[in-house]
Amino acid sequence: MTAMISLKHVFKRYTRGKQIVEVLHGVDLQIEKGEFVALMGPSGSGKTTLLNLIGGLDKPSEGEVVVAGERIDQLSPSRLARWRARHVGFVFQFYNLMPMLTAQRNVELPLLLTRLSAAQRRKNAEIALSVVSLADRAKHKPSELSGGQAQRVAIARALVTDPSLLVCDEPTGDLDRVTADEILGLLQVLNRQHGKTIVMVTHDPKAAEYASRRLHLDKGRLVGTEEVVA
Amino acid sequence: MKYLPLLWAALWRKKARTIFTLFSIIVAFLLFGMLQGVNSAIHRGIDMSNVNRLNVFNRYTFTEPLPFAYLTQLEAVTGVDAVAYATWFGSYYQDPKNFVFSFPVDPQRYFDMYPELKVDKAQLEALEHTRDGALVGFEAMQKYGWKIGDRIPLNSMIWTKSSDGNSVWNFEIMGIFDNSADRSQTNSVLFNHDYFDEARAFGKGTVGWYVVRLKDPTHAATVAATIDKMFANSANETKTQTEKESAQGFIKQFGDIGFMMNAIIGAVFFTLLFLTGNTMMQSVRERVPELAVLKTLGFTDNTVFGLVVAESLLLCVLAAALGLGLAQLLFPALKNFIGVATLPPRVTAAGFGMAILLALVIGAIPALRAQRLNIVDALAGR
Repeated sequence: MTAMISLKHVFKRYTRGKQIVEVLHGVDLQIEKGEFVALMGPSGSGKTTLLNLIGGLDKPSEGEVVVAGERIDQLSPSRLARWRARHVGFVFQFYNLMPMLTAQRNVELPLLLTRLSAAQRRKNAEIALSVVSLADRAKHKPSELSGGQAQRVAIARALVTDPSLLVCDEPTGDLDRVTADEILGLLQVLNRQHGKTIVMVTHDPKAAEYASRRLHLDKGRLVGTEEVVA
Repeated sequence: MKYLPLLWAALWRKKARTIFTLFSIIVAFLLFGMLQGVNSAIHRGIDMSNVNRLNVFNRYTFTEPLPFAYLTQLEAVTGVDAVAYATWFGSYYQDPKNFVFSFPVDPQRYFDMYPELKVDKAQLEALEHTRDGALVGFEAMQKYGWKIGDRIPLNSMIWTKSSDGNSVWNFEIMGIFDNSADRSQTNSVLFNHDYFDEARAFGKGTVGWYVVRLKDPTHAATVAATIDKMFANSANETKTQTEKESAQGFIKQFGDIGFMMNAIIGAVFFTLLFLTGNTMMQSVRERVPELAVLKTLGFTDNTVFGLVVAESLLLCVLAAALGLGLAQLLFPALKNFIGVATLPPRVTAAGFGMAILLALVIGAIPALRAQRLNIVDALAGR
């Protein structure tokens, strides 16, 4: 298998007032293409920080981060933004949809950064919405959707540019069990049938069962790995 | 253009706030359009003044007449090509609200002096042969629905007739004159000075002012000085000015209109700057997580900066278009006061320029804030 994500000796420190807080302490990690990895651990263990580094939202204080063949810790902010647009889809706990846009327009947002025509953008958004079974809700605004539906729209938005990597931060944290299972099932389909590499932060052991590998973080260090046999 | 739906949606995120902000900018641009329109229309008269003509008034006040005998003396001055004269008749038609700019003139001299006023030769001759005839300007003709051949009663607020002491003078319309380049010059009535002078109860043998055409406009100062010197220490001293100076002097009687209007507009826009700037800041502050999501999706810092500035531009230019459009609609109502019916295009252009400047100023700070937004902190609500 080919490594989709490779972290070598990654440290992350934040300055909070006069204090320097080290969140990650020399993390080494390799995630292969097509893997579905769940990042688990207690609050403050550094899960989201690690996810932000993998998704190119933040840069390490030390160490090297290679994702989709690119040394992203060395990219300038604008090149990193363009890299994210091309390679990564993001799914958040609270969906983070634009409240004033319809589902269709929300899904089209990442396509505004491409050279696609308006008609092509619309068509691609329709396809992405149909993949998450929400084609009939295209004209609805986020306030008119249930939590599960809003998260599906967020997934459609993450998928619409056909990125190789999906980065999910507690994607079911705001959903009931049944809806959470639907969303996790959808992520599993995207991983297994569409070959998307998925890295998901979760507190929920049940959610983590959908992943092919579980990584445990504690106090900024990787403390365990569990392979899941499907 | 592809970002327009996003900008439009962002603009209407808080409908009530946007409506109030739009309304305040619309009112500011309506005021800008009307005041600058008036200012521009007034100064248009000055700009269109002929450099080839001098006006000779009574030195102390333009309401005091000058002797008719000055005519031949003026014609004899070196550098003078032709002389015409007119008198302020100060009349209204039927109702004092219907003020009519009317002047007794020597028709041949007058139309020769103002070649921009076009009149049919036959109609001009008809006027000369009809003592109580009049030529009416295109605008006045339109305004009162008069026709050639009509007899119109003009009630002078100054002049009475010696025959009956009546201030109502009847004229027969012999023709029409026009100036298609500046129709505001045609809101008037011209009639025979000879008839007027003979019929008036007082002031006989005088005219209101003279208009002198120069052989060479570069000699304007010398000729003006010569004229004033010629009549110095007489019972009727003169004040000779170029047409432009006369127009400026007339406007200055009301104060420095340009300064007053610019001061009002300046105060309005200064207030607007803070009001709208604060609204934009608040709007961006509320949308920090949304802007962070855009950055997460791959929008660069500069693109986000551009989006905020574009939103500010959309708001200001839209409001300016509505405000200036409204000014365009309301401007004809001022026609009676300023003689111009349409908002000058340069005022509209200046309005849009102001809108763009305003948008850039009020959009710059929130845009910089959005540009510098750290994704991780913004998503974490820090």
